[in-house]
Amino acid sequence: MRLVTAVIKPFKLDDVKSALETFGVHGLTVSEVNGYGRQKGHTEVYRGAEYTVDFVPKVRLDVVVSDDDAADVVDVIVKSAATGQIGDGKVWTTPVDELVRVRTGERGPDAL
Amino acid sequence: MHFDSGDTAWVLGSAALVLFMTPGLALFYGGMVRSKNVLAMMVQNLGTIAVVSVVWALVSYSLAFGPDAGGGFIGSLRLAGLAHPNAPVPGLHLTVPPLAFCAFQMMFAVITAALLTGTGADRMRFHGFLLFAAIWSIVVYAPIAHWVFSPEGWLYKRGVLDFAGGNVVEIDSGASALALAFVLGRRRGWPRDVMAPHSLPLTVVGAGILWFGWFGFNAGSALAAGTLSSQAFVSTQLAACTGLLGWLVVEKWRTGHATTLGAASGAVAGLVAITPACGFVNSMAAMLIGLLGGITGVLAVSVKFRFRYDDSLDVVGVHGACGVVGTLLVGVLAQQGAGGHLFAQQALAVVVTMAWAFGLTYVVAQLVERTVGLRVSPEIEVEGLDTAIHAESAYDFGNVRAGRIGG
Repeated sequence: MRLVTAVIKPFKLDDVKSALETFGVHGLTVSEVNGYGRQKGHTEVYRGAEYTVDFVPKVRLDVVVSDDDAADVVDVIVKSAATGQIGDGKVWTTPVDELVRVRTGERGPDAL
Repeated sequence: MHFDSGDTAWVLGSAALVLFMTPGLALFYGGMVRSKNVLAMMVQNLGTIAVVSVVWALVSYSLAFGPDAGGGFIGSLRLAGLAHPNAPVPGLHLTVPPLAFCAFQMMFAVITAALLTGTGADRMRFHGFLLFAAIWSIVVYAPIAHWVFSPEGWLYKRGVLDFAGGNVVEIDSGASALALAFVLGRRRGWPRDVMAPHSLPLTVVGAGILWFGWFGFNAGSALAAGTLSSQAFVSTQLAACTGLLGWLVVEKWRTGHATTLGAASGAVAGLVAITPACGFVNSMAAMLIGLLGGITGVLAVSVKFRFRYDDSLDVVGVHGACGVVGTLLVGVLAQQGAGGHLFAQQALAVVVTMAWAFGLTYVVAQLVERTVGLRVSPEIEVEGLDTAIHAESAYDFGNVRAGRIGG
């Protein structure tokens, strides 16, 4: 099993979620995060004083999938999250040793 | 004695309107501080209402409006404790009961002291500030109110015109704020760290309440319901509007953006500038004064960065600077008496008010800082005043804080 993690533009969340559902991923975890990459932050002005806000709001997706599906899921996310503009985000995968469904106690791929 | 019931109703209603400005100020300032200090800002404003009202009844009303004790400098203590509540106020020919006048002026004393919470944002001790406010309203506010508002005051007798408190409220609080900023010192991290407003919607609601209350402040200062209060009312509205527009135009030109905080601040700047003038000028002059107030304000709030004093929410820049502009413009634009002589009297009042307010505030603030303490410890400042001093937080967005009653 692999954990697929994606950091994407918040307004692309619906597109990514639909694409994943179509592909057959039936659960994911979403969190609001802040960060920066090549897209720097933005400037805010309060009574003439300019503040540079370094961190840009993003949405982070975490989804555990089988080893066979991992590459495809990454592709699905990349395709549905892309705008071609700077700040589109990143997708990466990490190996998962153990997975348990809390309700039933199922382990491994059965818990997906 | 016979009183005019219409005038009395208007003055009592205006007193309530002016009182409402201080909770409005709590919102206006509360939105501008960081979220960890919003409750401290609000409770400081509520505490100021309580302390200054009590001190006003005990002594400051008598010091400000009691029979002159000598030289037009200070009132006697004949009215202390609100003794002789039905005796005429010296020099004033009121058509309202003296106690209505006393109540109206009480609210002025409250809001003027409350303005100083803006300078000390994020770093003042609660009980230290309340002690400061009590002493300050006796030694700074009451004398200046006597000089300018009481017909027995020495500046009043020289012909100084201050319709609703350009000197007594605005320049007074502005100059006092500067001294307080020096005594308190800068916030940790200022001006390097981001200390952006945490909730501009609160600030906008607060500005709206201030604007609303200002009609009582200015039009109520006619102390009667009639043509004079009507002119003051219209002048107040027009100056708020041109102040708002003036601030936004300059801001757009300088930074490329017209901001929400700029609109709220511009309206207040226009209101400050028209305060000394609203009963003395016509409507077109009011628009001009408001416009110049807005432009003055947007430029003046940048001065603190150059001279490195942390007047956190710009009491000096908005109330001080715009109060000076309005007070001086009375000498130029008043419908009666404008000219070199009046301008010189207005300028004298500006200088004397600034010197007294700055000097005495510096002394009082130092006194409090060295005894009970006026500034919080670095640990409390970093944690935030709300949880550290008041054991509360303003916002609870979820249930992940897992606590139980009694700890």
